Amino acid sequence: MAHDGHHDDGGSALDEMTLRVRALESLLVEKGYVDPPALDLLIETYEKKVGPRNGARVVARAWSDPDYKARLLADGTAAIAELGYSGRQGEHIKVVENTGQTHNMVVCTLCSCYPWPVLGLPPVWYKSAPYRSRAVADPRGVLAEFGVTLPPETAVRVWDSTAEMRYLVLPLRPAGTEGWDEDRLADLVTRDSMIGTGLALAPAEVEAGA
Amino acid sequence: MNGVHDMGGMRGHGPVEREENEPAFHAEWERRAFALALAMGATGAWTLDMSRQARESLPPAQYLASSYYEIWFAALCDLICAKGLASRDEIDTGRLAAPPANIARVLKAEDVAAALAKGAPVERPARAPARFSPGDKVRAKVMHPPAHTRLPRYVRGHVGVIEEVHGCHVFPDDNAAGRGENPDWLYGVGFAAADLWGGSAHPGDKVHVDCWQAYLEPAE
Repeated sequence: MAHDGHHDDGGSALDEMTLRVRALESLLVEKGYVDPPALDLLIETYEKKVGPRNGARVVARAWSDPDYKARLLADGTAAIAELGYSGRQGEHIKVVENTGQTHNMVVCTLCSCYPWPVLGLPPVWYKSAPYRSRAVADPRGVLAEFGVTLPPETAVRVWDSTAEMRYLVLPLRPAGTEGWDEDRLADLVTRDSMIGTGLALAPAEVEAGA
Repeated sequence: MNGVHDMGGMRGHGPVEREENEPAFHAEWERRAFALALAMGATGAWTLDMSRQARESLPPAQYLASSYYEIWFAALCDLICAKGLASRDEIDTGRLAAPPANIARVLKAEDVAAALAKGAPVERPARAPARFSPGDKVRAKVMHPPAHTRLPRYVRGHVGVIEEVHGCHVFPDDNAAGRGENPDWLYGVGFAAADLWGGSAHPGDKVHVDCWQAYLEPAE
């Protein structure tokens, strides 16, 4: 059941969690420890407002503006804050640049550390045992499952987020995008390309998907 | 501690399973559990490091069999009990049996945006010069701590190179145990993948791990 990603047999477990979480919420509200409108706002923020589009704007700016890129690589936190993204789970951000020689990939083997202000909440696979266990020991095997095959001469650097440093990958700018403005470029920047389990989309891939 | 949460290099967990167009949450209870964990964290009753320790302290079989938000929820309940904010019986029934404990603050809706934008930076002023500099060879100490640490098992005993000095950051091993923040120098350390994994690693690949100074010793 745990392996197919569905909950066909787990309806009763889901119901139990629903009941248990409801019980806790009502208790904590009654105790006065939590404010229900604040809970709603926390959910809305991470469900609707904060997501990988933020990171895509950072990447598109870096691809377009060499001075910004230099600031971004020197002090990720400050350069990202220039675009208005900051705070929780992104207090200390380091941006790592993919080049022809080096491909970067980010993991948190110990829990689920992830740069929330620029990518939102992590997907389930990022928090899962398969990714956490294998990203450091078999990054090329993991990349292959994501459809990414690197030339053998490209070195892989895996960043294990063991402290409060958060890592954002600056992917390679795809060929054929000369003269594109930042909005168009941002459409090429996927979440996975900023984790390092993917590459930025080629122009043809965006047109095919549109 | 050497728990099942410390997953780097384990085998047997299978392929990475992805979901196309994955939603932020998969059930309403996940939304509520997520928000409760953040809001209770904002009360100041415990630190982020204590939250991590609570999640790691779940029984190994339970940890591995639980979904992510099930882990968060179980650890949240444990922390609420441990800090005396509610009894296990109150949590299970949802019914108030005792008056509330004193808490430092309650996160109000009007303060959410500012609190999230500010976050909780962990860099602190240095109290002593950094022992290591970029280029120094260091060995991750061999250790077997009884409680929370952020030095993964797979680098212990291995030699790496200091690549970056991040500054003085709150030391999680102490902060999780309630011994205070005790800031310590934090370094980005590069380990050759072949040193960590032997012949199965690709030549030239590296793993970067952020290590506090207390985790490191000089290596020749």
